[in-house]
Amino acid sequence: LSTLVLAEHEGGSVKTSSVSAVEAAKYLSEDNSVSILLAGSGPSLQKAAEHAASCHPSISQVLMSDSEKLKYPLAEPWARLVHLVQKKGSYSHIIAASGSFGKNILPRAAALLDVSPVTDVTEISGSNQFVRPIYAGNALCTVQYTGSNPCMLTIRSTSFPVAPSDNARSSAAPILQVDLSTFGEEGMEKSRYIKQSSLDTERPDLGNARVVVTGGRGLKSAENFNMVEKLAEKLGAAVGATRAAVDAGFVPNELQVGQTGKIVAPELYIAFGVSGAIQHLAGMRDSKVIVAVNKDSDAPIFQQTLELQVADYGLVGDLFEVIPELLQKLPEKK
Amino acid sequence: MKIMVAIKRVVDYAVKIRVKPDKTGVETTNVKMSMNPFCEIALEEALRIRESGRASEVVAVSMGPQQCVDTLRTGLAMGADRGIHVETKETLYPLSVAKLLRALVEVEKPQILILGKQAIDDDCNQTGQMLAGLLNWPQGTFASKVVLDEEKQEVTVDREVDGGLETLCLDLPAVITTDLRLNQPRYATLPNIMKAKSKVIKKYTPQELNVEIKSDLQIVQVTEPPKRKSGVMVSSVDELIDKLKNEARVI
Repeated sequence: LSTLVLAEHEGGSVKTSSVSAVEAAKYLSEDNSVSILLAGSGPSLQKAAEHAASCHPSISQVLMSDSEKLKYPLAEPWARLVHLVQKKGSYSHIIAASGSFGKNILPRAAALLDVSPVTDVTEISGSNQFVRPIYAGNALCTVQYTGSNPCMLTIRSTSFPVAPSDNARSSAAPILQVDLSTFGEEGMEKSRYIKQSSLDTERPDLGNARVVVTGGRGLKSAENFNMVEKLAEKLGAAVGATRAAVDAGFVPNELQVGQTGKIVAPELYIAFGVSGAIQHLAGMRDSKVIVAVNKDSDAPIFQQTLELQVADYGLVGDLFEVIPELLQKLPEKK
Repeated sequence: MKIMVAIKRVVDYAVKIRVKPDKTGVETTNVKMSMNPFCEIALEEALRIRESGRASEVVAVSMGPQQCVDTLRTGLAMGADRGIHVETKETLYPLSVAKLLRALVEVEKPQILILGKQAIDDDCNQTGQMLAGLLNWPQGTFASKVVLDEEKQEVTVDREVDGGLETLCLDLPAVITTDLRLNQPRYATLPNIMKAKSKVIKKYTPQELNVEIKSDLQIVQVTEPPKRKSGVMVSSVDELIDKLKNEARVI
């Protein structure tokens, strides 16, 4: 087998979620040659390629596409790049992490290659058989890919975590430049990047944090959400939110956890004022330990019916009293 | 300017789904079916563009068995001008849907295609991107704001991405897929439901559109997710901290 991993990079490093996609490639077959594809322009791409060359022992080569046309992660040039690299390399598999980058690009590239991709894979059971959640995670679907190469997947990075010790490798993989002489210009100007606005934060990334503290509608206001942020700071945690809290304008969209937001699976997930809608549970049900604090003892998040019970530890109480008490009594993070 | 919107009939979002005992899929008989919520948002956006005078017609398309006509009627009652139903009993994966939509684009020549970013049944999140790729049109996926400039023949789209909001400007024709915060879809009123009954729904078969339904995916089984072990209620913050420290060992 040979696998192409589409990787996202930022500030000169390959994103952790993309390293998870490399990790996932390991499960396709023991005999799998993995190439990682990076695109962009300038020194930050060069730096990211160097990071890619030594970020995971499975990587046998780094493919680097340096072009002004690939400066921003737009789907139009990226899908064409994947098509071009696939035509040259004839990979059996193409994988990306299923964040907004992979979900935007991979299906478009799959259409150009005339194959059906598989979204959000959580388990790989053989080179062509995959498990993925459907109906907001209320069912798991095992699907077999029976078409021609390449078999294309997006994987949930939380299902393929990379342990820091896994990263050790004796020497860096070779970095090769992708020949873009046949890349073509046609249609490239039809999509233009204008800007990106993002939250400036020192906190860990929501998708990879060891602890996540989430607030729901029960927080009542953006000001009150500061309490959740303070607690997150104390725990070294990322902050998440429910759709209701985002819709009410308490926090920006990138903090939403759920079926259509981020998927998280931290060691500890603490939910304040979260009722437990299935769409929200879809985004956090794989967390190892779930704590729910809600003043409504009937909230679905800790309802006593077997099928809905989610919280490992439930506390019925007013979050406006519980959070300050936690802030006072929790030990400082190590 | 014409806008085409694709709408999908799915199990209603409020239904607690059940996996069939024989593991072939999810129970859909005697279950409430509705328009996919993201498709409602797509249709609403198209209607708002038309109502602002910047588009002349909104065409709603649905694909699948005969019952899809009910979903199309809902779309017509919301305000779509006419409907197209591609009737087939075969399982349609996103690649086939994208090919059928491309064939309809060749017939209808819309300037904007709006789709939901994903369907809440299979959660694939693929069709819009695939369609844009097949047509070689620019794409604005996961849109939370859409601003159309008819004079320049371009559309500015705010996209909800992992890192926040990204703004793109796309030349028309273009494909847009909708995220949750784009708008709040309207309800169909009774007079509009009555009016919708006389609106036209044109039928096609995949054969008439020269599209071969490809199935390169096979569902092996559908199962219930593993259950979590039952949790415990604690009575105080002190007890909670103790459990997290000494039982779960996560702090």
